[in-house]
Amino acid sequence: MDFSAISPVSLIVSLIAASTPILLAAIGELVVEKSGVLNLGVEGMMIIGAITGFIAAVSTGNPFLGFLGGAIGGALVSIIFIVLTQYLMANQVASGLGLTMIGLGLAALLGHSYAGIKPPSSPHLDIAGLSDLPVVGPILFNHDFIIYFSIILTASVWYFLNRTKAGLILRAVGENHDAAHALGYKVVRVRIYAILFGGACAGIGGAYLSLIRVPQWTEGMTAGAGWIALAIVVFGSWKPWRVLIGAYLFGGVTILQLNLQAVGVNIGAAYLSMTPYIITIIVLVIMSSDKKRASLNAPAALGKLFHASK
Amino acid sequence: MLRLEARPNPSRTMQALTPVIAVAATMIAGGILFALLGKSPFAAIRMLFWDPVFGEFAFYYRGQILIKAAPLILIALGLSFGFRANIWNIGAEGQFIMGAVVGGATGLALYPYEAFWVFPLMIIMGAIGGMLWGLIPAFLKIKFNANEILVSLMLVYVASNFLAAMVTGPLRSPVGMNFPVSRNFSEYASAANEELIAGTGMHWGVVTAFLAVIVAYIALTRHIAGFQIQVTGQSARAAKFGGINPNLTIALCLGLSGALAGMAGIFEATGPAGKLSTNFPVGYGFTAIIVAFLGRLNPIGVLLAGLLLAITFVGGDVVQTELQVPKASIQVFQGMLLFFLLGSEILVNFRLRLNKKGVA
Amino acid sequence: MTPLLRISGLTKAYPGVVANDNVSFDIGIGEVHALLGENGAGKSTLVKAIYGLVHPDSGTMELGGNAYDPGEPRNARASGVAMVFQHFSLFEALTVGENIALGMENAPETTALSEKIRTVSANYGLTLDPDRLVGDLSAGERQRVEIVRCLLQEPKLLVMDEPTSVLTPQEVDILFETLRKLKAEGTSILYISHKLEEIRTICDHATILRLGKVVGTCIPSEETPKSMAEMMVGTTLTAPKKGAFQPGPALLEVHNLWLASSDPFGTSLKEITFNLHAGEVLGIGGVAGNGQDELMLALSGEERTQNGTIQFKGENIGHRGPNYRRTQGLLTAPEERLGHAAAPDMSLTENALLTGFGRQKLTTNGFVKWNATKNFARAIVEKFDVRTPSVNNAAKSLSGGNLQKFVIGREIMQNPEVFIVNQPTWGVDAAAAADIRQAILELAHNGAAVLVISQDLDELMEISDTFAVLSEGAMSKVRSAQGVTIEEIGLLMGGTEVSHAPA
Repeated sequence: MDFSAISPVSLIVSLIAASTPILLAAIGELVVEKSGVLNLGVEGMMIIGAITGFIAAVSTGNPFLGFLGGAIGGALVSIIFIVLTQYLMANQVASGLGLTMIGLGLAALLGHSYAGIKPPSSPHLDIAGLSDLPVVGPILFNHDFIIYFSIILTASVWYFLNRTKAGLILRAVGENHDAAHALGYKVVRVRIYAILFGGACAGIGGAYLSLIRVPQWTEGMTAGAGWIALAIVVFGSWKPWRVLIGAYLFGGVTILQLNLQAVGVNIGAAYLSMTPYIITIIVLVIMSSDKKRASLNAPAALGKLFHASK
Repeated sequence: MLRLEARPNPSRTMQALTPVIAVAATMIAGGILFALLGKSPFAAIRMLFWDPVFGEFAFYYRGQILIKAAPLILIALGLSFGFRANIWNIGAEGQFIMGAVVGGATGLALYPYEAFWVFPLMIIMGAIGGMLWGLIPAFLKIKFNANEILVSLMLVYVASNFLAAMVTGPLRSPVGMNFPVSRNFSEYASAANEELIAGTGMHWGVVTAFLAVIVAYIALTRHIAGFQIQVTGQSARAAKFGGINPNLTIALCLGLSGALAGMAGIFEATGPAGKLSTNFPVGYGFTAIIVAFLGRLNPIGVLLAGLLLAITFVGGDVVQTELQVPKASIQVFQGMLLFFLLGSEILVNFRLRLNKKGVA
Repeated sequence: MTPLLRISGLTKAYPGVVANDNVSFDIGIGEVHALLGENGAGKSTLVKAIYGLVHPDSGTMELGGNAYDPGEPRNARASGVAMVFQHFSLFEALTVGENIALGMENAPETTALSEKIRTVSANYGLTLDPDRLVGDLSAGERQRVEIVRCLLQEPKLLVMDEPTSVLTPQEVDILFETLRKLKAEGTSILYISHKLEEIRTICDHATILRLGKVVGTCIPSEETPKSMAEMMVGTTLTAPKKGAFQPGPALLEVHNLWLASSDPFGTSLKEITFNLHAGEVLGIGGVAGNGQDELMLALSGEERTQNGTIQFKGENIGHRGPNYRRTQGLLTAPEERLGHAAAPDMSLTENALLTGFGRQKLTTNGFVKWNATKNFARAIVEKFDVRTPSVNNAAKSLSGGNLQKFVIGREIMQNPEVFIVNQPTWGVDAAAAADIRQAILELAHNGAAVLVISQDLDELMEISDTFAVLSEGAMSKVRSAQGVTIEEIGLLMGGTEVSHAPA
C-alpha cells in the first residue's frame, strides 16, 4: 500500500469535479422545494440531461451546446411532472418516482447508438501565471467552465431567494400556498417555473457526467447521483451555500474511497463503494434529528397539493 | 375551457376504471413510441400483451408470466400497505437482495446437509433479512426523523455492493472457476425451489404470492390493523386521535414490506435465478412500485397488475427479439403506464366540467 | 354624494348553492359598514368578489362612481381596496417586513420599508417590529401585520373579515381606536362579523345577509342585539335551560401539568391545575393559540405527560394513550373536525370506528364487525339529526355543522364519564349550535363531567357552571361562572390574575 500516491492537491481538484454534477442538481432541486414542490425525479432528469447533452455535443462538436442540450432535455422531461402534479394534481412522490423510472428508460432508448463514443472536450480556464501557481493554481484557477458556472449559479440562487421580490414570492408560495393565492400570486405558475429550472439544472448536472466527468455515455451512469442531490438539499437545510458545502463533502468522500481503492487498501472494493451511500444516510440522520430546526427550515407547504377552489 | 370540480365523495366507478383507462392510454402512446422506432405498432402491442398469453408459444410463456409475477406481487403487496399509510419504501430492491443474501447464506452454510427443513429455514431467514433491512429506514425515521424515501433508496446501493462483496468473498462458489457467483442451488436438493408441477412455472414463491394476496385482502378490509394503516395515510392527526401509534405503523409497514421483498428474493435466488451473482437484481423492487399503484394499492388489484406487468416483461422479450427494439423501450412503456395511471387518478376525486361560455 | 362603493345585483352561484343572490348595497365615504350574517350566509363570497378573488356570475360594482371589476386582487389593491383576512394570509417562516412586502404592489427596498412600517404602526398605535418572524407573534400582533400591510397602501376601502375573533377585549379596544382614526381620515371600512355588540359599537350602517340574500338593513346603534340576531337568523332563538349545579366527586384531577408544545410556533402548557367534578360544566375561555390545542392533546392522550399530572377516577393516566382513556370513559372532541376528529375521505361508518371500536366493542380479535359499526354510525346520524344521504358518505361531503354534530354525537353516544370538547360550535349554524349545547348540558345533567374550551364567551356564559381562562399556556383559577363580568374576563385573558372568591 502506498498512500503517498494520493496527492492532496489533485485530491481537491478531483473532489470539486466529482461534486459538481450533484451540486448543480441539488441547487435546482433546492429552488423547486423552496416553491413547495418535492420532485423525486432528479435522477431521471439528470440522466436525460446526460444523454441529450451528449447527443447535442457529439452532433455539433461544441461542448457549450452540449450543456445547453442537457439543460433543455432536463427541462423538457420535467414537463411530464408539471402536467401530473400541477394540472392533474397527482401525488408528488409517486410522480417523481415515475419521472425517474421513465427518465432512465428514455435515456437508455435515446442513447442506444451512442455508447463508446468520445465527446468533444471542454475548455479549461487557463490564466497564464495564476493557473501555474503551486497548490492555489490547480485548486482555484484551472477548472472547466461548468465548475465556475456552478459556483456562480449557487451565488445567484442565494441572491435571488434572499434579495429579490420574485425570490420572496417563490418562498411565500412554498411556505403557504393558500395565503399566497389569497394575495393574488399565481401559485401554479411560480411552481412551473421552479420545476423547469430544477429540470434544467439537473440536466446540466447530468451532461457534466457524460461530457466531462466520465466522459462517455453508459446506461444508468448517474448511479444514484440524483438521489444523493435530494439528500444534499436536506443536508444543506434548504440554504444554497450549505448545499455547496454538502456537495463538496460528498464529493470528498467519493474521491477518497476511489483513491483508497486505487492504492489497494485492504478492504474489498465493494465495501468501499458503499461508503458514499452510507455517509449520505448518516448525514441525513444528523441533519433531520433536530425536529424543531428541520421543520423551521423546510418549506411548510413542501409536497402538499394545491387546488384553488372557489 | 375545462374546469376541475372537486367531488364530495370519491367516485367508486372511477376507482375501478382508472387502471383500465391507463392501460388503454399506454397502448396508444406505446404504439406511437413503436411507430417512432420504425416498427409496426399493432404487431408490437400484440406481441406485448396477446402473444404471451394466447400466442403460439403461450404454453411456455404462461409459466414465465407466473415466475415473473410472483416476486412483483409479493413485493407490491407490502409496498401497497406502506403507500396507503404515506410511508414510502422505495428500497424494496435492496430488501429483495438482502433476503436472497441472508436466506442464501443460510442454505450455503448448511451445504451439503440434506433435510426437509433446510428450504423453509432459508425462506424464513430470507424474510428476516429483508425485514431487518427494511427496519433500518424505519428505525432512522422513528428515532431521527430521517426521510425513509432517501434512506431506503441509499440502502439499495449498499445492498447491491454487499451482494457483490459476498459473491466475490465468503459466498463464492468453490467450483465456479473464480467467477463472482455462488454455488448453484439446483444442485443442492434440500435448498432448491423446484417447479411444483413441471412446465407450469408454479413454484413455492408463486404459491406464497397467491396466499399473501388473500391474507392481505382480509387484513386490509376486515382487520382493525388494515383500517388503522389507512387512517394513518389519510390523516396523520386523525390517526393519532384514534389512538394509533404512528411509530408502530412505520415499523409495521417497512418491516412487513421488507419481509415480503426478502421472501421474494430468496424464492428467486433458489428458483428461477438458481444462484447468487452480481447479475441477480433485475429491478423487481422498482417495477413493483408500478404494480402497487396500478393495482390501486388494493391486494386484488395488485394481483391483476402484477400479472399484467409480468406479461409486459415476457412480451417485452418477445418484442425485443422479434422486432429488434432496445430493451429500454419496455422500461419506457412501463413508466408510461404509471404516468397515465397517476394522471387519470384525478377522475376519482374531481369531475371534469365544461366551463359555461359567456361574460362572467 | 356618490357612495364609495356601490354593489348592484351581484349574484354568484356554486354547484348546489347560490352564495350571493342579487345582492345590492352602498358604502359611503368614511363610513363603517357592517356585513352581518350567519356562517354560510354568503359574506365571504361577497367579500372575495370585492377583493377580486371571485368572479361574480352577474351584477356590477362601482368604485367612486367608476365601473369596478377587479378580476384579481392585484387590481383591487391598485384601485384602493385592501383586505384583512379572517384566516390570516401570513407566512410564519417569513419576517414581518417580508410579509408586508408581499402584500404591496411596489414595495420599497428593505430598510426603507422597515422605516415606513415603524412610522405607520406608531401612528395608529399598533406596535410592530419588522424583523421578527411572524411565527413568533401572537394572534393580535399577526392581525396588526395585516392591518399595517393594508394601511401602507393608503386604501380608500378597508375590508375586515371577522377581525376580533382572535383578539382579547383589550385588543379589541385598540383595534376600534385605529378604526375610528381611519374613519376620521375618510377611509371607508367594510366590517364583517356576527358579533352584534361590536357592530353596535363601531358601525354606522349594517346590511344583513341570509342564505345569500339581503334580508334587511339597519342603523346598528338604533337596534338591540336581539332584534339584529332575529333579522340574521330569521327565527327567534330559545336559550337552553341551565339546570341547577350540584358538584359530584372529582372525576378528573389535573395537577401541576407542564407540557412543551411539539409545534415550533405552539404554546407550552405551564403548571395547569384543576379538578373536574361529576355534573359540572367547566368552561375554559381565552384567545386562540394560548395553549388550548396543547391542553386538548394532553387530556385526550395524544400527547403523554408526566406521571401523576393527570388522574382519572383516581388512576394515573398521564402515560396512557387515547384508546385506553376512551375505554375507561374519558372521551374528547377536538376543534378541527376535518383532519383531526374525522378522516376527510373516509365514510361516516369508518369514522365511527375510529374512536368507537374499543368502547363500543366493534371488533372481535381485531376483526372489524362492520355491521355493528354501521349500526353505530346510523344511530349517531339519527339521534343527532346529522343530514347525510347515507353513512357511506365521506366525512368531507358533510357541511360543517352536520359533521360537527356527528363528531360530538359519536362521543356522547358512547356515554362518557368525562367529556372534553374544544370549540363545540365553531363555524356551525345557530340551530345546530343550539342542539349541540343542549346535548352537552344533558350529558352533564346525567352525571358526566364536561370541559368545554371555547373562544365564544357568550357560549361559555350560557352553558358553564364554572369558568377559567387560558393565557400563554397558564390557566387561571377555576371560579363560579355566576356573575363573571366581561371586564374581569378581559383582564384574565390578558394574563393578569384578578382576585376573586374561590369556586
